[in-house]
Amino acid sequence: MNSLRTFSVGSKGRAGLIALLAGLLALSGVASLAFGAVSIPPGEVIAALLGRGSGTTASIVLYARLPRLCGCLLAGAALACAGVIIQGVLNNPLAAPNVIGVNSGAGLATALCCALAPGAVRWTPLAAFLGALVGVLLVLFIAERAGAARITLVLAGVAMSSMFGAGIDAVVTFVPDALSGYTDFRVGGVKNLSMARLAPAFWVILIALLIALSLSNELDLLLLGRETAQSLGLPAKWLRLALLMVAAALAGAAVSFAGLLGFVGLLVPHIMRRLLGEDSFPLLLSSALGGGLLLTVCDLASRLIFAPFELPLGVVLSLAGGPFFIWLLLKQRRGGGGL
Amino acid sequence: MIALKNLRAGYPGRPVLEGVDLDFRPGEVLAVIGPNGCGKSTLLRAANGLLPRTGGDVLLDGIPLERLSARETAQKVAYLPQSRSVPNITAGRMVLHGRFPYLSYPRRYRREDHEMVKRTLAWVGASDLASRPLAELSGGQRQKVYLAMALAQDTETILMDEPTTYLDVGCQLEVMALARRLAEEGRAVVMVLHDLTLALRCAHRAALLHEGRVRQLGTPEELYRGEALEQVMGVTLGRVETAEGWRYFYR
Repeated sequence: MNSLRTFSVGSKGRAGLIALLAGLLALSGVASLAFGAVSIPPGEVIAALLGRGSGTTASIVLYARLPRLCGCLLAGAALACAGVIIQGVLNNPLAAPNVIGVNSGAGLATALCCALAPGAVRWTPLAAFLGALVGVLLVLFIAERAGAARITLVLAGVAMSSMFGAGIDAVVTFVPDALSGYTDFRVGGVKNLSMARLAPAFWVILIALLIALSLSNELDLLLLGRETAQSLGLPAKWLRLALLMVAAALAGAAVSFAGLLGFVGLLVPHIMRRLLGEDSFPLLLSSALGGGLLLTVCDLASRLIFAPFELPLGVVLSLAGGPFFIWLLLKQRRGGGGL
Repeated sequence: MIALKNLRAGYPGRPVLEGVDLDFRPGEVLAVIGPNGCGKSTLLRAANGLLPRTGGDVLLDGIPLERLSARETAQKVAYLPQSRSVPNITAGRMVLHGRFPYLSYPRRYRREDHEMVKRTLAWVGASDLASRPLAELSGGQRQKVYLAMALAQDTETILMDEPTTYLDVGCQLEVMALARRLAEEGRAVVMVLHDLTLALRCAHRAALLHEGRVRQLGTPEELYRGEALEQVMGVTLGRVETAEGWRYFYR
């Protein structure tokens, strides 16, 4: 991919980096459970997790912070892997799910689902998947038509994003209660989650991630270009479709509970690609861990920076992600790589 | 062996090949030459099934192409397109992808595939590049890696679309020497080439394409002596005899 031409580490270095990410994720997970408006000692956090805690602290850990942590891990992993897949399939380093209208497609479907059937919370992941799928198929259609014109794809994605965004606004105008905490949904966040609400998305994300990992060699081949992939015996057309459906499931499931979180799907794959190279298996694995880590850390920061007040997670993420995106553009310009 | 029978192919509203008969013979380097837009690349892509035909037949060892799956075709024909994306992976990993047609789901590369990578990289003289990122290699080194990948695919026929473009003269000759060695091993090598002097010097046979048809097919000697080359390409060639054979030049 014409993204960042950088050195990738060897297989030992990769395993080390992935282990490091897993370690950091565990640490940030414990920190996320321990710190907030009320600080809880790590010992009590572990006791609460093992079911031996009692009183208010155990309730805070189990019913407020644990769902929040799980939400961060799931949404981060799902959006980052969706980014890896979409960027790989479309061979476009800027084609993250939030850039090309996949997230906002899922958001519109979620809003519609909540407006039309307010009681059917469990169906929102399915609706979000369908919305993301429509977004992704439109992108694929445009990519086929526009050929290799990368900037066309991104511009079309931006147009679709704003159309879907307008759709969400329209739904909320007519049915103001459709999205409880509308601002939170648009900005993206993991407040007020429960394990029951996360459960359907968890299964969707788990299965989609396993499928994505099992198709990592196929994704590698698509990176070589469509003709080369086909000449190596890969039914490229079907594989592109299948992989984009997996990406839609991932992005859709994440949006169904976390709202329109930007930048994870763009930021994390780019950092991981820079660190590990473009082999899809380690890239997907590290992006899943890195996405979870990034959201957990940002969520922790959103709680701590102005404690006891909270910034929405999406705000912190965009404040961190925006400068990176600009740096990426400048770097590509310097490297002579056109978009 | 691949045989093209009255092959017709092209793009919607724009036919490019209009009845091409050609054999890709094992043990032979066949150069496909001709002016821009005459259908050279289209010929390779149609022969490989990447571009749908509008008429005629492509036979692989006597079997019509449409009866073979993409995987079966990939076990018989390797194809190096003119332009490729350069992913940020190592050269060794790139060559390993040549083994893809031999894997079934969930496609994990086996020990024998890794050994094949070592052998093919050694064969093209690029063993030292195995762990280097592809993006860091020079054009000539990259071309060697692509050749190793095609070799790892272990096919009887190898199609190359302008493999010498953007290479310096030394690298061009190296690629051509590798192509000759591939042919000596019993493979059919088909190359689209722009440089007529290089084509006539290195190929066993050359097919001159003009407006979607084979204008002349023959040995370099026959093409040099014929008039078609001058009429179609608008250049006159000369040649001198050296210890290694004829060397051609533009007059």
